[in-house]
Amino acid sequence: MSQPAIKINGIHKHFGALHALKGIDLSIEQGEFFALLGPNGAGKSTLINILAGLITPSAGNISVMGYDVNKAYQQARMLLGVVPQELVFDPFFNVREMLRFQAGYFGRGRENDAWVDEILEGLGLADKANTNMRKLSGGMKRRALIAQALAHRPPVIVLDEPTAGVDVELRQMLWEFIKKLNHDGHTIILTTHYLEEAETLCSRVAMMKQGQIVALDKTADLLNKFSGKHLRLTLGDVALPEVIVESVRHVENGVYTFALDDMAQIEFVLSALRTANIKVIDMQLNEADLEDVFLSLVGNTAKGVA
Amino acid sequence: MINASANNWRGPWTLLKKELLRFWRVVFQTVAAPVITALLYLLIFSHVLESHVEVYDGVPYTAFLIPGLIMMSVLQNAFANSSSSLIQSKVMGNIVFILLTPLTHMQFFLAFLIASIVRGLVVGLGIYLVAMWFVDLSLANPWLIIAFALLGSALLGTFGIIAGIWADRFDQMAAFQNFIIMPLTFLSGVFYSIHSLPPFWQKVSLFNPFFYMIDGFRYGFFGKGDVSPIFSLAIVGGAFLVLALITLKMLKSGYKLRS
Repeated sequence: MSQPAIKINGIHKHFGALHALKGIDLSIEQGEFFALLGPNGAGKSTLINILAGLITPSAGNISVMGYDVNKAYQQARMLLGVVPQELVFDPFFNVREMLRFQAGYFGRGRENDAWVDEILEGLGLADKANTNMRKLSGGMKRRALIAQALAHRPPVIVLDEPTAGVDVELRQMLWEFIKKLNHDGHTIILTTHYLEEAETLCSRVAMMKQGQIVALDKTADLLNKFSGKHLRLTLGDVALPEVIVESVRHVENGVYTFALDDMAQIEFVLSALRTANIKVIDMQLNEADLEDVFLSLVGNTAKGVA
Repeated sequence: MINASANNWRGPWTLLKKELLRFWRVVFQTVAAPVITALLYLLIFSHVLESHVEVYDGVPYTAFLIPGLIMMSVLQNAFANSSSSLIQSKVMGNIVFILLTPLTHMQFFLAFLIASIVRGLVVGLGIYLVAMWFVDLSLANPWLIIAFALLGSALLGTFGIIAGIWADRFDQMAAFQNFIIMPLTFLSGVFYSIHSLPPFWQKVSLFNPFFYMIDGFRYGFFGKGDVSPIFSLAIVGGAFLVLALITLKMLKSGYKLRS
């Protein structure tokens, strides 16, 4: 049986009095497209930085395809490509130079040039290959950052919020490229602001809250567990009848979201509103999505998902 | 099995190449400017003091001054190379590109060290070549000249790595440069022999490691110095070893680079 791409055992991290990670256990198989979700401060980036060797854990260990990220850091890092969250770049060099340097640090030379060209092409950077990094737009810098993480052709790729601040068109393009990498056998681990991305792309999802994993399952199973429909009613500023208050999952600007187990409950809610003489201004019926799962697990504080 | 040691030389060589290219891309700032500065010192001090001061018998003041100016520039530029590269990478955040690689702390150290030595020597050679127009310099012991240039630039390159890792902001780095490097180089006998100082300051100078680098380097040109060149070589070599060990320890522990 092959080694898991990532194996995380009992990771704790303390920053002074702050217990940032409280015993994380997680195993990600080779070839998975895995999402790590959680609100700001949940500990996702800390976990990724421990995986990347940028932060030392207070306890526990992480291995990449069987290589411990501390004890066998050279082997572990050879297998890992990490896209940092911050938009960092080296202003002295152009895109192609940076990719060649990055591949070179991992022991790859000119024989790697065909792969560098493939990345440049795949990420729409080919015509910017000889442009200095500081002259690139924000979106182009983001692509270059991803390209750098891929330069040494790592089998495991970690993307820490790769689409933060990226426009829709570029996001689509990036995901097509990442999907192709996954299809070619690369393991992908990502954190994202966009839950619909995790839902569409990822086969498995872990949700973190305050340094702990609060949900870990196949995306489809997680959605099934929280199956049901959501009825969104625009009612304005009203006092809801007692009988339906319990079904309300979310309220915002006079829009009430009711979680329903079956269609028959629609009539029950509407009839209660009619009895209370509350007028329905607008109505929408939706299937539960990852955002609903996320909100119910992490709470409404998670509205600004990170 | 992943063989991280395969092509092991290529990783550190790439980092060295990047560091060399980094200063070469701004060669006017990193090489031409210090050469011009040293020549201005040479023109002014030799003009003012040439007819008034003779430090060693038969050695004109201008000739005496040149090795000191060369070594001062070698040391300052070796320090500037590693320290500025690291502080810039830290402040801009692109140091992460190196921290994510399988490079060992020794490879990291050697790449930054050699780049610093190269910049120091290129600046020193530039000043020497231009200074040859002004005065005919003797080369009493070229091996001593090479040894002190290499060890001196290595010592300051290493010190630059320590400063670059320690400093979090550009003003902290400027403080390092202005309150440690500049006074120690200016008070090391670049412009004078310590024998011309009052006895107290002579003694103080003996505690300045820069003095031994300048004096030993100058000894290579004239065969004369304030102290024995072998003693100076031992002091400079010892100081380099101590700083190199401290740097390697800092890099291995990830001090200020990894948390």
